[in-house]
Amino acid sequence: MTAIRDAFGKALVELGGKNDQVVVLDADLGSSTRADLFAKTFPERFFQMGIAEQNMMGVAAGLALSGKIPFVTSFATFVTKRACDQVAISIAYPNLNVKIIGAYTGLFSGHTGATHQAIEDISIMRGIPNIVIIDPADAEEMRQAVPVIADYRGPVYLRETRDEWPDIFGADYQFAIGKSTTIIEGQDASIIACGVMTSESIRAAAMLAKQGIKAQVINMSTIKPIDRQAIVTAAQQTGIIITAENHSIFGGLGSAVAEVLVEELPCWMRRVGIPDVFGESGSNQELMEKYGLSAKHIAEVVMHTIKKGR
Amino acid sequence: MKLQGVDPIWALEQRAKAVRKHVLTMISHAQVGHPGGSLSCVDLLVALYFAVLRIDPRQPSCLERDQLILSKGHAATALYATLAERGFFPLEWLATFGKINSALQVHPDRNKVPGVDASTGALGQGLSIGLGVSLAASLDQRDSRIFVLLGDGELQEGQIWEAAMACSHYKVDNLVAIVDLNQVQLTGPVSTVMGIQPLPSKFKSFGWNVLEIDGHQFPQILEATGAAKSCRGKPTVIIARTVKGKGCSFMENKSEWHGRAPTSDELCQALAELDRD
Ligand SMILES: Cc1ncc(C[n+]2csc(CCOP(=O)(O)OP(=O)(O)O)c2C)c(N)n1
Ligand SMILES: [Mg+2]
Repeated sequence: MTAIRDAFGKALVELGGKNDQVVVLDADLGSSTRADLFAKTFPERFFQMGIAEQNMMGVAAGLALSGKIPFVTSFATFVTKRACDQVAISIAYPNLNVKIIGAYTGLFSGHTGATHQAIEDISIMRGIPNIVIIDPADAEEMRQAVPVIADYRGPVYLRETRDEWPDIFGADYQFAIGKSTTIIEGQDASIIACGVMTSESIRAAAMLAKQGIKAQVINMSTIKPIDRQAIVTAAQQTGIIITAENHSIFGGLGSAVAEVLVEELPCWMRRVGIPDVFGESGSNQELMEKYGLSAKHIAEVVMHTIKKGR
Repeated sequence: MKLQGVDPIWALEQRAKAVRKHVLTMISHAQVGHPGGSLSCVDLLVALYFAVLRIDPRQPSCLERDQLILSKGHAATALYATLAERGFFPLEWLATFGKINSALQVHPDRNKVPGVDASTGALGQGLSIGLGVSLAASLDQRDSRIFVLLGDGELQEGQIWEAAMACSHYKVDNLVAIVDLNQVQLTGPVSTVMGIQPLPSKFKSFGWNVLEIDGHQFPQILEATGAAKSCRGKPTVIIARTVKGKGCSFMENKSEWHGRAPTSDELCQALAELDRD
């Protein structure tokens, strides 16, 4: 178990040591996003912009225009919604090399509730051309994603989970933009997950295995551009696809996978995610249960879909 | 406030003390919440709800009422405790703060809590909402007054200044903005994070009537809200100097206590301090 935000903070400092073009911007949330580690190590390359996210995006655009690699950090809900037009017009349209970091993703906002939960951030960013979207599954994937997105030229939206989640990947794992990973093999159904829902999906697969159902689990950490081939192959292999994401069922991973399937190989599919409602305050566990994100819920949806598909 | 034989200011002070205790207890029990910025605005809220606002706890949605928009929604515990003390809902609700299925969300949800006039928590939005409410009151010829409570760090949001411009353009004199000038935000002092001064001249240049007070002195708060009422043709801002974490010695002026919950030992210490003075 490692807090994914801690992995982010450390990776950013490491990156800063290797690449002096990297600059970091914060909107008074550095202690929460862990951008404060970078601020302490490289104060001259850290810009505190205050509680003014729209301005921060524009400034990042200017820094990128001048060859810097800005990492813009705040809560996911503010970098995607509050500053949406600045992201679209100042950054994505001119295809600038800005890395947008959205912390406290999905329902997991440290109890703070609907105003701080980002349940539609992927949906918003997916609608804007040019932006790569990544939702790392664990601390190791986050650690690797940070230098990879810095090397990639163009705007990236990186989701940063707040809390501790089980470690999935070892140091032998190799993160690459646009490449999914099959974590568990199985021929009865495919669970395609992103972010920390990959963890829940692995647990769901274990529950299903006890009932004799072999579900494969695919970690789709890049949501855009999505690994189309992996989705089609999964549909060919199992004929049953379940997506799992810590995000609204509208516009996120489930929608992206459905779009590929209807065009390439329609099959039975269900989306696990936040139904079309705002969230609330509560612990991660309570919220997962109430809003249907838990491993148990995923397993139930898989079984139900298999029955329907027969 | 006309309690026979009781000094009204003394009564407000006692009420504020009760609210501060609720605030600390709620946050400590839930292990979530924002003590610093809640404690800094307790006196402002208590003054408003017990001596200024024309409200009826039995009719929380009555259109004729005055309204308070807590733009700095993270101070929800101070609002909830004040509303409960004022009789909008039972004090027992306070123990549910921050829990799953509770009406008392960490940031206020107007659809869940009687007396909460706006859903807030994403900073910078309250002044615009307040302007809308005050324009509607004028359209319908209601003499409601609209108060908007803003954080000083919150003033960094551009939308605040869009709203400030619009408030004076529309000459809304039924609207009063109150800035909780505690000089601290989430990651540090406002002056280090992103300076906002000189605030009085900024607001003046935006066409506002500007009043400056000590936000912990009830006579000054009451005088300023009265003075705002008699200023016609422009909006008033009350810049209230406050102390973040006011009333709890180990929290005062410390950004570390912006969003940290006291342990049960720390809670005991804080409650004892409040009882002492
Ligand atoms: C748009 C937005 N950005 C960031 C935050 C996170 N946040 C919550 S409170 C806070 C600091 C607020 O400081 P201030 O306005 O001075 O409030 P106070 O000192 O009264 O608590 C921040 C950055 C937020 N709630 N909304
Ligand atoms: Mg402040």
